[in-house]
Amino acid sequence: MMKNAVEVHDLVVVRGDNEVLHGLDFTIPVGQVTGLLGPSGCGKSTLMRTLVGVQAGVTGTATVFDQPAGARQLRDRVGYVTQAASVYDDLSVTENLAFFAKVLGVDRDEVAKAIDKVDLASHQDQVVSKLSGGQRSRVSLAVALLGTPDLLVLDEPTVGLDPVLRQDLWGLFHRIADGGAAVLVSSHVMDEAERCDRLLLMRDGVFIADGSPAEIKQKTGADDIEQAFLTIVREAA
Amino acid sequence: MTPRITFAVAARVLTQIRRDHRTLAMLLVLPCLLISLLWWMFDGPAAGPSPMFDRFGPGLLAIFPFMVMFLVTSVTTLRERSSGTLERLLAMPMGKVDFLLGYAIAFGVLAAVQSLLAVVLSVYVLDLEVDGPVWLLGVVAVVDAVLGTALGLFVSAFANTEFQAVQFMPLAVVPQILLCGLFVPRPALPDVLQVISDLLPLSYATDAMTDLKHGEETAQIFGLLGIVAGFAVGVLILGAATLRRRTA
Ligand SMILES: Nc1ncnc2c1ncn2[C@@H]1O[C@H](COP(=O)(O)OP(=O)(O)OP(=O)(O)O)[C@@H](O)[C@H]1O
Ligand SMILES: [Mg+2]
Repeated sequence: MMKNAVEVHDLVVVRGDNEVLHGLDFTIPVGQVTGLLGPSGCGKSTLMRTLVGVQAGVTGTATVFDQPAGARQLRDRVGYVTQAASVYDDLSVTENLAFFAKVLGVDRDEVAKAIDKVDLASHQDQVVSKLSGGQRSRVSLAVALLGTPDLLVLDEPTVGLDPVLRQDLWGLFHRIADGGAAVLVSSHVMDEAERCDRLLLMRDGVFIADGSPAEIKQKTGADDIEQAFLTIVREAA
Repeated sequence: MTPRITFAVAARVLTQIRRDHRTLAMLLVLPCLLISLLWWMFDGPAAGPSPMFDRFGPGLLAIFPFMVMFLVTSVTTLRERSSGTLERLLAMPMGKVDFLLGYAIAFGVLAAVQSLLAVVLSVYVLDLEVDGPVWLLGVVAVVDAVLGTALGLFVSAFANTEFQAVQFMPLAVVPQILLCGLFVPRPALPDVLQVISDLLPLSYATDAMTDLKHGEETAQIFGLLGIVAGFAVGVLILGAATLRRRTA
């Protein structure tokens, strides 16, 4: 029996005047890379914000390692990458990491390790505003890797990266999961689906499929996840 | 509250400001330039003793740190909100008080340097006559700057863009400058305005500076300083209340 990092029951989130998530039930196991896929505006970021405890308007239950999502005891066990690269433009890569390491109470030598993992050692003293978009988002990712969190919540971490780098990062996500952590990665690009151990396909705030890529393709008789997604949407219509 | 985190925030803000030469110049050099301009305007180098600069100087030493820190703090924290770094910090073990106090400490340090420069310039170069202890001018300026920082942190919660943050300046700062006793001595204000003036913290900061100049009792000055500090703490608490971990 695999242990669950996240257990969510009947989750409803209201943002402004709109209900964005409509009663979700799901679990996220440790030791796997779970992909959260769906079109733009379907609610991926909202769900991730809920899991890290910064989303208001939440009803239902969301527990992370048996505590309410966002609980104080969880804040140094959960690594979170926001959709926009949330790092300080006017600080260098190392300075950014060193600051967040202090906040987390993590050892200073973790900084160099995290920079290495995202392959930015050659740019470590560069100010973030002088980096490319992809490099900036890797700095943001490195911050989330500090202190080897037990749950990683990554909101579109591979957007704008070249294929080689994307492959490297997915390799990294799997190594982290193999190390016993739970990894949740969102994407609106369906071609990343095959890299996940398990998929949650979302549309308009509900899940329309939940399973491994192979299971979902088999169930729908499609060749790839994009086709599978379209098939499910068409059948529901 | 965790001191490790509070000081990490303060150190980081100071590093950022040090990188940003224009902001640094605005914080440190601009007040000195404006004070010099005023001195030149009223009295000029040749005029001997300078009654007008003597009248306005102490008030300016209260107003500049307040105004400049308000502006810089509200814009800096707003950037922190819009860049997503605040959201990330709030998902980490960061207390709201750590965040606010970290900012207050960083800008308090900057204010100390700023007021050191402004006081030395006013007293030793431009011959502002001060009967009280000169070092106390610096203390009043620092408390004043922390007040400006607290107010800047507070209003940034109600702004969505940097432009909106700057718009709070005429609303939150200019009335305080008009009513603080610099232009019309506070006792000479119409009754209603006097009451409003009594409710505004900058009035007490200006009173403290003016009293210092006239060599009033130190105890009285500390009393006024206490009121300004009380306002600063009150506004910081309001700021903590408006800083929400969970947002829509
Ligand atoms: N601050 C907000 N206030 C009110 N509604 C919001 C807010 N942010 C997003 N929404 C709404 O919530 C819905 C879900 O947004 P969310 O950001 O979760 O989508 P997403 O799946 O992450 O999209 P994308 O792939 O473009 O990032 C959208 O319909 C959006 O209009
Ligand atoms: Mg999103």
